[in-house]
Amino acid sequence: MDHVSGLRCRECSREFPAEALHVCDYCFGPLEVVYDYDEIARSISKESIADGPRSIWRYHDLLPVDDSNPVDLGAGFTPLVRADRLASELGLGELWIKDDTANPTGSFKDRVVSVALTKARQLGFKVAACASTGNLANSVAAHAAAAGMDSVVLIPHDLEEAKVIMTAVYGGTLVSVKGNYDDVNRLCAELTSEYPSWAFVNVNIRTYYAEGSKTLAFEVAEQLGWEAPDHVIVPVGSGSQLTKVAKGFAELATVGLLDPDTHVRVSGAQAKGCSPVATAFAERSDAIRPVKPQTIAKSLAIGNPADGWYALDAIRNSNGSCESVTDDEIIDGIRLLARTEGIFAETAGGVTIAVLAKLAATGAVRPDERVVAMVTGHGLKTVEALSGSVAPTATVLPTIDSFEAELDLREPARHGTDKS
Amino acid sequence: MNVSIRIPTQLRNLTGGAGEVTVDGGTVGEALDALEQLHPGFAGRLFDDSGQLRRFVNVFLADEDVRFLDGLATPVSPGQTVSIVPAVAGG
Repeated sequence: MDHVSGLRCRECSREFPAEALHVCDYCFGPLEVVYDYDEIARSISKESIADGPRSIWRYHDLLPVDDSNPVDLGAGFTPLVRADRLASELGLGELWIKDDTANPTGSFKDRVVSVALTKARQLGFKVAACASTGNLANSVAAHAAAAGMDSVVLIPHDLEEAKVIMTAVYGGTLVSVKGNYDDVNRLCAELTSEYPSWAFVNVNIRTYYAEGSKTLAFEVAEQLGWEAPDHVIVPVGSGSQLTKVAKGFAELATVGLLDPDTHVRVSGAQAKGCSPVATAFAERSDAIRPVKPQTIAKSLAIGNPADGWYALDAIRNSNGSCESVTDDEIIDGIRLLARTEGIFAETAGGVTIAVLAKLAATGAVRPDERVVAMVTGHGLKTVEALSGSVAPTATVLPTIDSFEAELDLREPARHGTDKS
Repeated sequence: MNVSIRIPTQLRNLTGGAGEVTVDGGTVGEALDALEQLHPGFAGRLFDDSGQLRRFVNVFLADEDVRFLDGLATPVSPGQTVSIVPAVAGG
């Protein structure tokens, strides 16, 4: 049984039933799920969670839908990796990487889609749809296939090839739109009015969908032995993930699973070519001005972020920071993470690591803090970004002479051969 | 009658269910004013107390966000379509 008592407008507090609604029909503000936290506090415990499945569904008490057989490919419970080598390079102390590349379709979107389609199915929808920059497309197509639902996925026409193929392979309807993500998003928002029998996970099901991102916070806390980190770094596209990560830690305190005085600083990471939230933060402004994105971090290329204001609020209220990085810095971030920790992130992960490096350099992230960086998508999705940056060290003939003529690897220190 | 305005589900109770309404107007703002005359109730839903578009209301002219144009003062050519779209979507 879920613990949802309804939906409420974040802006004007009007209340609505827990149906397929995402905006207030009076002021157009976003609707939020209202939970009965007293009831949740009574039913949830560290033990009940530990006994649950090794997926996001171990936290079902704090999710907006309960189903003994959810639409589930195994999203969540991804590794939290202690990143001492990266910390040392950045001059930080206790640093962890939440490695969400390990999800079934290679990104954190599996968390939100598993929640969204479970709720959509419960509401009677037979078609799963979305507007996507790629990761969501992969996840919706895969989960819909597994659930026996039809899918209609809309993407901008210039996505990375891997993201296109990783969507099309599942056999749903994939529509390439001649426009950028904001165009696709606008089209989907309009299609939602014309095709009310479709569950657009990030439009009419968005209220439920977005809640799935809270599980990032839940897992981090559980994996740290039911302690909160001091500071988390979260990539910002729409701003939803950051907002929900902050909410996740707060909820754990509310229901008694974390210290009531828990305070987690939440910092945002954007690409310079699409940084409406970082710009507003830097200008100390409340106005998020939409932009036309121009960045290799296509999964964050949302020029008109739906949750930009709320992300900005969460950053400011937690005494966090928000920075942006150039395409070159993003590539350096991907390579730095790979070289130090053996984790290959997509461009959005490069944004997170590059912003972490920048905030560490300015002192906004401190060496005395326990820091968690969210790496939310797999590098194989965006290999194009690295073409020209990484390549074979040498090309040789299959002979020792050629090998030694092209490479000088005999120095013992360089590759650790002195360990024998 | 020269401008089509596309109406989202959330506001179709004001138009008797119609998803599209045709009005006169030389600018986006004039077209929306004309919509209010034809179907009273729109203004309170679209604009805040200072007369600006609410922050969660997006208005597009020929598929371009009017904030990238001249906002409500953006001129409208006959036959163009203005779309009212809830901003909270995506990501």
